[in-house]
Amino acid sequence: MIPTSHYLVVSLLLFTTGVIGVLTRRNVIIVLMSIELILNAVNINLVAFSQHLASLDGQIFAIFVITDAAAEAAVGLGIIIAFFRNRQTLLADEMDLLRW
Amino acid sequence: MTNEILFYFFAGLAVLGGVLVVTMRNAVHSAVFLITTLLATAGLYLTLNAEFLFVVQIILYVGGIMVLFVFVIMLVNLDVALHQVQFNRQTWVAGLLSFALLAELLAAVALARSYGEENWLFAAPHVPTVTAEGNTEQIGRLLFQNYVIPFEIASILLLVALVGAVVMGKKRI
Repeated sequence: MIPTSHYLVVSLLLFTTGVIGVLTRRNVIIVLMSIELILNAVNINLVAFSQHLASLDGQIFAIFVITDAAAEAAVGLGIIIAFFRNRQTLLADEMDLLRW
Repeated sequence: MTNEILFYFFAGLAVLGGVLVVTMRNAVHSAVFLITTLLATAGLYLTLNAEFLFVVQIILYVGGIMVLFVFVIMLVNLDVALHQVQFNRQTWVAGLLSFALLAELLAAVALARSYGEENWLFAAPHVPTVTAEGNTEQIGRLLFQNYVIPFEIASILLLVALVGAVVMGKKRI
């Protein structure tokens, strides 16, 4: 059997990759995809601990996280389409209407 | 032994795909590598005896969310975007801080080795006893008995997201 810590390390690497993507990319669609990476890393952790503790609660939480990811993707992509229609751009640093 | 080989294969695939998602210039390529990562994650669920989540991951993530992503990329396809700078000005600071975060979390996992009774995280996990009913039945029972109120709240969340997406997609907002 594989120790739980190995799953934790995989999840950590995916999480950090996602954080780097959110912080550095300018394309909003890729930022959203990086958020999906982060949510996946969380799910791996939840399922790994679910097996570690021999309890299914972690898997239930992973299902709720997937539901959240679906809702977030739908609304986020809707916002991106509305924004693109108004400003003809997808760059995160040009979304500065509220900047002082 | 097969379990170990599968785990390292899927783990390597997931991390490699994740790195490529973040570094690719073209959003379509990023989406393809994100699909790779999601499928590899599904494989990881399989090595964790979570068969229901394995199927949900493939149907919902790869079949639902990623199709939505690819569809939106097609709708807003910009050839100009490919020739623009892809990274922010804050890239170096952000990368440095992220690696600091990674080092910190890895240190936390390594530190857990020195605590606890008999290397708890590092020993082989508790192997679930094989029961008469499978993973899906157990999850269904839990979801509709212990977690029925969160389940209903999740359905309200999905309804709100549905309305929100429709409103955002309208011609004039």
